[in-house]
Amino acid sequence: MTNDLSRKDKTLGEALRSQGISRRSFLKFCAATASMMALPPSMIPAIANALEKARRPSVIWLSFQECTGCTESLTRAQTATVESLIFDSISLDYHHTLQAASGHAAEAAREAAMEENNGEYLLVVDGSIPLGNPGYSTIAGISNLDMLKDTAKGAAAIISVGTCAAFGGIPHAKPNPTGAVSVSDIIKDKPIINVPGCPPIPVVITGVLTHFLTFGAIPELDHLGRPKTFYGQSIHDRCYRRPFYDKGLFAETFDDEGAKAGWCLYKLGCKGPTTYNACATTKWNGGVSFPIEAGHPCLGCSEPDFWDGGGFYKAISIPTEDITKTAIYAAAAGVAAGVAIGATGRMKKASASKAHQKVTIDDLEK
Amino acid sequence: MTETELLTWVRGPGFQIATIIFVLGILLRLAEILMLGRKPNLAEAKGSAMSSGLRTIFTRTIPDASTFRRSAFTITAGYIFHLGLFVVIFLYAPHILVFKDALNISWPALPSTVIDATTVITIIALIALLVHRLKDPVKRYLSNFDDYLVWFVTILPLVTGYIAFHRVGLPAPSLIAIHILSVELLMIVFPFTKLMHTFTLILARWYNGAISGYRGVQS
Repeated sequence: MTNDLSRKDKTLGEALRSQGISRRSFLKFCAATASMMALPPSMIPAIANALEKARRPSVIWLSFQECTGCTESLTRAQTATVESLIFDSISLDYHHTLQAASGHAAEAAREAAMEENNGEYLLVVDGSIPLGNPGYSTIAGISNLDMLKDTAKGAAAIISVGTCAAFGGIPHAKPNPTGAVSVSDIIKDKPIINVPGCPPIPVVITGVLTHFLTFGAIPELDHLGRPKTFYGQSIHDRCYRRPFYDKGLFAETFDDEGAKAGWCLYKLGCKGPTTYNACATTKWNGGVSFPIEAGHPCLGCSEPDFWDGGGFYKAISIPTEDITKTAIYAAAAGVAAGVAIGATGRMKKASASKAHQKVTIDDLEK
Repeated sequence: MTETELLTWVRGPGFQIATIIFVLGILLRLAEILMLGRKPNLAEAKGSAMSSGLRTIFTRTIPDASTFRRSAFTITAGYIFHLGLFVVIFLYAPHILVFKDALNISWPALPSTVIDATTVITIIALIALLVHRLKDPVKRYLSNFDDYLVWFVTILPLVTGYIAFHRVGLPAPSLIAIHILSVELLMIVFPFTKLMHTFTLILARWYNGAISGYRGVQS
C-alpha cells in the first residue's frame, strides 16, 4: 500500500484511479458485481456511484484460533483484479499477519482505529474463540474473548470470515479441547455476516464488502447468517457432474473408469448435496476450477460441524457406525429371546396338560 | 443441535438404535412363531405337503380371477405400491450404498428420474388405498389403529424422501436427516405391526399350501 492510498479521506474511486484502474474496468466490475448479487442491471450505476463516493472504510481484522488460510485465500488467490484492489483500498487498520507494525505499536493502531471510527468500522474476524481457558489463545496478552468483545462494541457490522469464525470450525471439532466457539456465540447485539468456507472463496468476501459499501447495509442472509447470494444454492444443484448423478453413473474409486470419465463423486463421500456455497459457480483461482472439478468430493467445509460429519469419504446415505456388527448381535439376541419365550410357552403347556385332571361322572354327581 | 449434528446423530446412534429394534424384533417374532410347532397330524397323508407348500409360495403371487374381480382396485393399487416400494427402496443408488455397507452386496441402480417418478406413483397409490379404506364400509369396519399406523409409517419415508430429493422448505442436511428419521421410525414400528407380513408371508403361504397338500386338495 502506498502512502497515497492509505490517505483516510480518499474515496474509493480516487483510490482505484490512482492504481491505474480505468473507468471501463471499474464499470465492468460493477456490472459483474450486480449480476453476482442477482441485482437488476439498473442497479449498476447505483453501485458505481456508491463505490465511487465511498470513503475507504476502516477495517479491523482479528485473527483468533485459525490457520491463516483465510487470509492466504483472500490475499494470494488472484492476480491484481479490481476485486483485490477494492480489498486493498479499504483501510485495513489492523491485521496482525499483514501489518508491518508489531507489539504495542500494532495494538495502538487498533485502538486508534476504534476510537477514530467508533460505530463505523467493519470488524472482520477469522478463527474461533476459545472459552476453555483465556490463555489458550492471546494477542499482546489480551485473550481472544476480551479482544473480540472490546472491538465488537464500536463496530458497524462484523464479518466472520471462514468456518472457524462463523461456526467454530476445526477447533470446535470433537473433542473441542479449547472450548472453541463462533463469533455469533458471543456477540449478540451486532449484525454478523457469516462467510464460511475452509477457506472461503475470495470473490465472496469482496462481494460482501462491495454490498456493504454500496448499500451501507448487510446483504440478505440465510438461517445460518450466510449471504443468500453466495450460499443460496447447494453445490449438488449447481454441480456440472449432476447429470451423472441423475443417470446413476458414479465413480466407485478414485482411479476407476468412472473417475476418469468424470462421473458423480457421491459414492466417494461427496457432501455437495448438503453443502451450500458458490464453489460450483464462482469456482476458485479466478474461475479455473473447484474441488469436484479436480476429482475430489466436496468436504462440506462451509457447513457447521463439517469436521464431525461422519467421514469425508463416506457417502451421506451410509450409517456412520458399523451396522453389520450391530445387526449380527441384534439377530443373535432376537433368536435367543424368541427361543426362550417359545420354550417357556411350551413348558407352560406341558405342565398344564400334566396338571389337567379329567372330570368323571362321579365328580359331577358330588 | 445444528443441522449437521442432527444428520450425524441420525446416521450414527439413531440408525444403530433402529437397527437393533428392527433386527431383534423380527427374529424374536419369527423364532416365537417357529417355536409354536404343530401337533403331529395322525391322518394318512394324501399328497406331498412340501411340494404343495413350495408351489403355493409362488402361485399365491397371482390372484385368481374371481378374487381379482371382487377387489380389482385393492389388488391393482396394492401391486403398484408394493412394486413401487421395491423399486424406490432397492434400486436408488444412495439406498444401495446402505445395503452395501451393511451386507457387503451391491447391484446396479436406476436413474434418479425413474426413482422420482416411481415415488410419485407409489404415493398416489397409497393415498388412493387410504381413501378407499375410509370410504368402503367393510374395509373401514375391519381397520384398526394398526392399519392406519402402518399406512402412515410407510408413506412417510416416501414423502420425506421426495422432499429431500427436491430440497423444498428446509436446508438439505435437515431434509435428509428427517428422511432417515422417518425410515428409522418405520424400522422401529416394523416388527410389532402388520408390516411383519414382509417376513411371515413366505412362511404363511408355505403352510397354507402344505396343509392342502397333505390332505390331497388343491391350494
